[in-house]
Amino acid sequence: MIEFLQQLINGLSLGAIYALIALGYTMVYGVLRFINFAHGDVFMVGAFAGFYVAPYVLKLSNGNPSWTVMFLVLVIAMLACAILGIVIEKLAYRPLRDRPRLTVLITAIGVSLFLENFGQYAFGVDPQYFPDLIGDHAITIPAWCGPLQNLTIMVSQVLVFAVTLFLLILLRFIVTKTKLGMAMRALSVNPLATSLMGVNNDVVISFTFGLGSALAGAAGILISIQQPSIDPLMGLQPGIKAFVAAVLGGIGNIPGAALGGIIIGVIETLVVGYSDRLHIPSGYRDAVAFFLLILILLFKPTGLLGRVEREKV
Amino acid sequence: MVAMASLSACKGPAPGASQATGPESINVGEFASMSGGNASFGQSSHKGTALAVDEINAAGGLLGKQINLITEDDRSTAGEPSTIVHKLISEDQVVSVLGEVASSKSLEAAPICQENKIPMISPASTNAKVTQVGDYIFRVCFIDPFQGKVMAKFALSKGWTKVALLTDVKEDYSVGLADAFQKAFTAGGGTIVETKEYSTGDKDFSAQLTAIKASNPDAIFVPGYYAEVALIARQSRETGIKVPLLGGDGWVGESLLKIAGHALDGCFFSNHYSQDDPSPVIQNFVKTYQAKYGEKPDAMAALGYDSAKILADSITRAGTTDEPQLRDAIASTKDFKGVTGDITLDADRNATKAAVILTIANGGFQFVQRVAP
Repeated sequence: MIEFLQQLINGLSLGAIYALIALGYTMVYGVLRFINFAHGDVFMVGAFAGFYVAPYVLKLSNGNPSWTVMFLVLVIAMLACAILGIVIEKLAYRPLRDRPRLTVLITAIGVSLFLENFGQYAFGVDPQYFPDLIGDHAITIPAWCGPLQNLTIMVSQVLVFAVTLFLLILLRFIVTKTKLGMAMRALSVNPLATSLMGVNNDVVISFTFGLGSALAGAAGILISIQQPSIDPLMGLQPGIKAFVAAVLGGIGNIPGAALGGIIIGVIETLVVGYSDRLHIPSGYRDAVAFFLLILILLFKPTGLLGRVEREKV
Repeated sequence: MVAMASLSACKGPAPGASQATGPESINVGEFASMSGGNASFGQSSHKGTALAVDEINAAGGLLGKQINLITEDDRSTAGEPSTIVHKLISEDQVVSVLGEVASSKSLEAAPICQENKIPMISPASTNAKVTQVGDYIFRVCFIDPFQGKVMAKFALSKGWTKVALLTDVKEDYSVGLADAFQKAFTAGGGTIVETKEYSTGDKDFSAQLTAIKASNPDAIFVPGYYAEVALIARQSRETGIKVPLLGGDGWVGESLLKIAGHALDGCFFSNHYSQDDPSPVIQNFVKTYQAKYGEKPDAMAALGYDSAKILADSITRAGTTDEPQLRDAIASTKDFKGVTGDITLDADRNATKAAVILTIANGGFQFVQRVAP
């Protein structure tokens, strides 16, 4: 029982990581109807921004990790990624705005490859150790919990979970309650009409990319605290998983991305943990996640929380 | 530098060198993971290979010609080795191909070299299947059945009878080593209490480790590569696993200890050589390598160096780069004094030589024992 609970915690923690990356994916799609395949690589740049800034920030606090240190590094990485996102949009996607969507999609793959290879050139190919910014340790569970004391929960796991939840609420607030959010939603319905209404589409699109990339940057820092090994290709696998999570939850739907991430994380963990009993070799965990995606899309093509949209002619 | 020059000078230019015909230089191909996930291996083995080629050229080259090393990057990606090895053979007309470290990449290139009758020498692919591809495929390292046996015997000698396996299913190397370990370990009376798998590039191993912890092993055999092993070590300590981890030569990577911190203290792995070995051949190599690259050579660098030196030695003995004379010369390599030991190629074109077991302590590797074949 304790082992099962531990596996559940492992699964939720892994799921929160996928969810955190999926949020940015799904938001950009929700507004622009465009899958930004470079999202996972912006996530990598965020981690490296934190990696290079962290020693200076740590010096300010005499080398002691603390929440302030983490927060400062987080903000700097988010800013760096936001700028990167806006620049990518301006240089790579804006010139193609009136072209077919497929052109932009292929360009996104190109940007992704560029960032991966540039990262290998600039940061080196070997994995680097990401410094511990918060003094990560296992949470001591009080004695009255009885056998539950044997569970291992890391501070960083709780942090990732809490931040994912917070960003989920914040994003929803921005999209549904603010004026800029209203412009984003209007743009997603009809860009031409939006511009006729006096909205500067360029600003809104830049903002969307900036926000999505800042989210990727935040994910880069938080995940690197939990799994302190960063390399230029680190965005590849979580990027794909987060994409699957976003599609599973209904791409474009913000709570859906979080839900999709958690589901994939938990299922993957349980498949690995109970491979003997399930008679599935633990190496098939990715296959199970993708199989699940196919299954759900067969029965609910819009994803779990996605809405059916009618194409108007 | 003087010591180095004399080392290669003893092989010198062959007497018949002046009769050489054809182009000015001998093209030797190399394919390596210069970027991507296994880049640490690829860059190390390339540096070792390049150092050997520089030494050979500085000493007058081979058969009166300079060696032209053509290096191609396979980006640690499946599918790339076949493309670039085709290119090396058909476009660059190489006389031999050196590479790769990762067994799955070597296995991709080997059939191409075999078909074109171009000798291929792998510096560090330890999976048994690599040289079984054909009689033009060689390697200068020991093979996994030997490495697995060494670690299994070592575990049993420590009194660890219950061992869990954690294998990288994407790598032929990892799967082969785990198989070899399991065979030798159960034959010696040990029990494998749990078997779990992961894939290259994974960062979260908590599910596997939680299940392994519940099986209560005396040690865990993790025959993976350094990038994942470092995180596995960290996460196993976070999960509350206190038993040592055991592994193979794939653990050697510059970033292993940087990322693992103290999580690997007291763990053991088998390797090709120890840079702390006082033998003059090794210390000379360490000195020249350090002078050139500003870092100490790891096992992959040493094997890369030996692969190029054995090829050079064979070309000198054959007196030609034509086939099948060159192939036969490589196959008859005997007691070659390499950096990674005295290398003799057996009938299966594998190197028979000793392995060393290293442990991790005080933020570095320490020599434990040498195990002869």
